[in-house]
Amino acid sequence: MIRILYFASLRERLGCAEEALQDVPSTLAGLRAQLAARGGAWVEVFADEQRVLAAVNQEMAVAGQTLQAGDEVGFFPPVTGG
Amino acid sequence: MDVEIRVQETALDAVAEVASVYAGNSSVGGVVSFIGLMRDMNQGDEVASMTLEHYPGMTEKALAAIVQEAGQRWELESVRLIHRVGEILPQDPIVLVAVASAHRGEAFRACEFMIDYLKTRAPFWKREQIADGQTRWVEARGSDDEAVSAWEKKS
Repeated sequence: MIRILYFASLRERLGCAEEALQDVPSTLAGLRAQLAARGGAWVEVFADEQRVLAAVNQEMAVAGQTLQAGDEVGFFPPVTGG
Repeated sequence: MDVEIRVQETALDAVAEVASVYAGNSSVGGVVSFIGLMRDMNQGDEVASMTLEHYPGMTEKALAAIVQEAGQRWELESVRLIHRVGEILPQDPIVLVAVASAHRGEAFRACEFMIDYLKTRAPFWKREQIADGQTRWVEARGSDDEAVSAWEKKS
């Protein structure tokens, strides 16, 4: 199982703050493809590689990052702090 | 290096934070601070207030990594990195970066480095409230990415 968190405008567009997935895709790219396959807002959000950043276990991650059971994945738009 | 990093919902007392970065350390020869304030205007619209959201856990790690990298690049005595979250009003300090070092050069450079990195690496998001109760998410700016690229060329 992995835990997925969605933040800021992504959370609002998807209508989802957090979920758990039982089947763990082998990579972050695989997870994105799986989420996009849900269609609707999900495909709109996850088709746009540039506008969605990801963190695995709270560290910035790239598409090729491997996933394993127990990981926490966060998806969010480009940051705007400071 | 004496480091304090905080993410807080309460008001940020910039003067007290700057005082604490050098108090009691007589090796400090200079302090440089940056205070980011909320403006009442953005993209031609009046902004009444702002809500800052973050990724608890990741934020603290990202800020710690930025301070650590600054500490490897420059000789620093002490750092304060404090960021507000929650409801913010115009003129409120949003972020404070204060750096103390033996000499001014290190403090100036480290302070600018840390705010530049925070802008693109730390998971905070601003949502602003404009006229008639409408709200919108603030868009990230390309110039912030360029500031970080410039530091990477210098390394």
